[in-house]
Amino acid sequence: MTDSDSGRRRRAPTFRERGALLLGRAAGAATRKLGRGGGTALPGLIAATLAPSLVAALGGQLGHGAVTVTGTNGKTTTTRLLAAAATRAGLLPFTNASGSNLERGIVSSYVEQANGSGALEQTAERLGVIEVDEATMPAVFAALRPRVTVFLNLFRDQLDRYGEVDSVAEGWRSALATAGGATTLALNGDDPAIALLAEAGGAQAVTFGVEDRSVALDGIEHAADARFCLCGAAFAYEAVYMGHVGIWRCDACGRARREPDVAARDVDLSEHGVRFQLDVRAAGPGRSLQVDLPFVGLYSVYNALAAAAAAHALGLPIDALVEALEQAGPAFGRQERFLVDGRNVRLLLAKNPTGLNEVVRTVASQARPPTLLAMLNDGIADGRDVSWIYDAEIELLAGYAGSVIVSGTRADDLALRFALAGVEPTEVVADIDAALERALALTPEGGWLEVVPTYTAMLTVRAILADRTGAAAYWETAEPMEVDL
Amino acid sequence: MTAAPEQPTERAIRLVDLYPEVMDVYADRGNVIALRARCARVGVGCEVTAVGLGDALPSDADLVLIGGGQDREQRRIVGDLAAHGPMLRAWAEAETAMLAVCGGFQLFGNSYRTSAGEQLPGISIFDVVTVAPGPDWERCIGDVLAQPSLDGLGEVVGFENHAGRTYLGPAARPFAQVLRGWGNNGDDGSEGAVYRQAVGTYLHGPLLPKNVELMDRLLLAALRHRYGEDTTLEPVEDQYSERAHRSAVAVAKRRGRPNPR
Repeated sequence: MTDSDSGRRRRAPTFRERGALLLGRAAGAATRKLGRGGGTALPGLIAATLAPSLVAALGGQLGHGAVTVTGTNGKTTTTRLLAAAATRAGLLPFTNASGSNLERGIVSSYVEQANGSGALEQTAERLGVIEVDEATMPAVFAALRPRVTVFLNLFRDQLDRYGEVDSVAEGWRSALATAGGATTLALNGDDPAIALLAEAGGAQAVTFGVEDRSVALDGIEHAADARFCLCGAAFAYEAVYMGHVGIWRCDACGRARREPDVAARDVDLSEHGVRFQLDVRAAGPGRSLQVDLPFVGLYSVYNALAAAAAAHALGLPIDALVEALEQAGPAFGRQERFLVDGRNVRLLLAKNPTGLNEVVRTVASQARPPTLLAMLNDGIADGRDVSWIYDAEIELLAGYAGSVIVSGTRADDLALRFALAGVEPTEVVADIDAALERALALTPEGGWLEVVPTYTAMLTVRAILADRTGAAAYWETAEPMEVDL
Repeated sequence: MTAAPEQPTERAIRLVDLYPEVMDVYADRGNVIALRARCARVGVGCEVTAVGLGDALPSDADLVLIGGGQDREQRRIVGDLAAHGPMLRAWAEAETAMLAVCGGFQLFGNSYRTSAGEQLPGISIFDVVTVAPGPDWERCIGDVLAQPSLDGLGEVVGFENHAGRTYLGPAARPFAQVLRGWGNNGDDGSEGAVYRQAVGTYLHGPLLPKNVELMDRLLLAALRHRYGEDTTLEPVEDQYSERAHRSAVAVAKRRGRPNPR
């Protein structure tokens, strides 16, 4: 466990930093007043331009320091779960809840916490829980000086935006090597690309993983990215849980997954939630508690484990964590439910092959096949390159018995992918509003409609659903990703 | 999907899929998925042999596919590929159809110099040389629309994402001229290369699903390689593919990089 104050600079913000802060706050308030979105990135842009040292100055005042959460999938949900656990433990966490996880969105979230003279209030209880875009991590790591650094997983995602997967991992390594000295790493020990970060830097590492071979897949998935060890040899797997995530080892150099410090055992995946036994191996007697998670899919178990590992590293009580997990509401667009004209509508965001595979498995496993509305957009935040749909295992839905509506700016590409996988689309309706209408019409009253959008399609369809059901706008609940235009 | 009834069903192509577990960074398996489905649709058998690192090549092939990979993956296969070089070159001379994409295209050329300055030897099926100019240079990323130089073949559409710039040698013929996108080097307007029935291109990943004309051309070349020059292939409509092609063309025209020439 790290001391939250070790090596932390405590100093009052300079005059320049205070001025930057005030202007940033004013810009955020003005944007919201004008009704132009959440104003989530603008304060940060202004403040960071005027005083780049602001985050370090504000972060130094946090009594419990900061936790960063990064990785390809699960950032928003994990951040939300950890903040809920901290609240239950009596802390005053703040997050970049608007999901603005690029540099200026992160600066904004700090700016919003400070008063006009650049000070945080109730500093002793404050904890920052900050979601960080995986490619942004190296640029902000030194300024955030996280007490705990959570790495979730590394999968191929938006290669047109991030470049190659290797360069993302390389950026993490060098950030840890140069500035990782005081941080405790919370690592997904089942993902070798993450587990091996323990060698790159950091004071110590807490690992999390799944200890239940009954939920393993038949073999390594096509959308596996970390196939090769640092030594160059191919990994061998005793069990694969998703992608390249599982119980791995390298026979050439002897590196191997170690038994996780925080583990899920006896995992029971059902249509409406997940039950598992949460084991925390501590220095003293370990703890084991049953968790009933109101989310579906094994990926939700990993998000819960990541939050648990970070909570453990922070020294938060495990009971507070379990209560938070069991009563957690979904994050924006992630397994959110809406009741529309008597139909149960669930949003299952899918941004990349591994995420889509998990969603496909969730849909395919249901006893009564729901109506499926799949939406593929090709905006910057989605990835302009839609090739990735061929990495996903749509074939798991071959011969699907429910109705399938395909939509989005690249509906025709997605329809072709479904057809090649043996899933004949019922209808192809590019316009998202019209497609939702058709999907609702094809769903019987009391039945289920699963909406599977890419990022910007999710923003559109969620706004329509929120409009029809009175759910809150994003800056009141959660997020959209900030887009670097 | 059912086979068209007039097609003899005993015909089959022997497809060799090179390093599918290593060279697949941009969903290159979409090409294999599309070829299998197309073969089923037109009533041709499709025997796929995946050749991984350390595996032997089969005795013959009608169609060879290789996809893209990052520098690290290219480095991983380069020795193994060199060992297969003489056989693959002999196949290309004997009119085996080939599709080499992105990183695979680079290594089917004479050489590739990586961003780190390392020189990777290719197997010289195409007389091209590729150089990655270094991290300060823009990657060639975006939608591509290109007009192939092959007789009768309409526009091809896809997406590219590569650091390397490829230059054609005197014996090389470009696969296409870019209408939108970077192509080989962002400068001379050329895209890919052609040698006999082998096609190299930067249009990565699932190129064949929405470019059925190109897929049928490769398929016919593969059938002719196995059954002789008189072999024919009846065109069969694929609505999903044609619609995806049309909408991707519209996207490339709207936002693809204009050809500087």
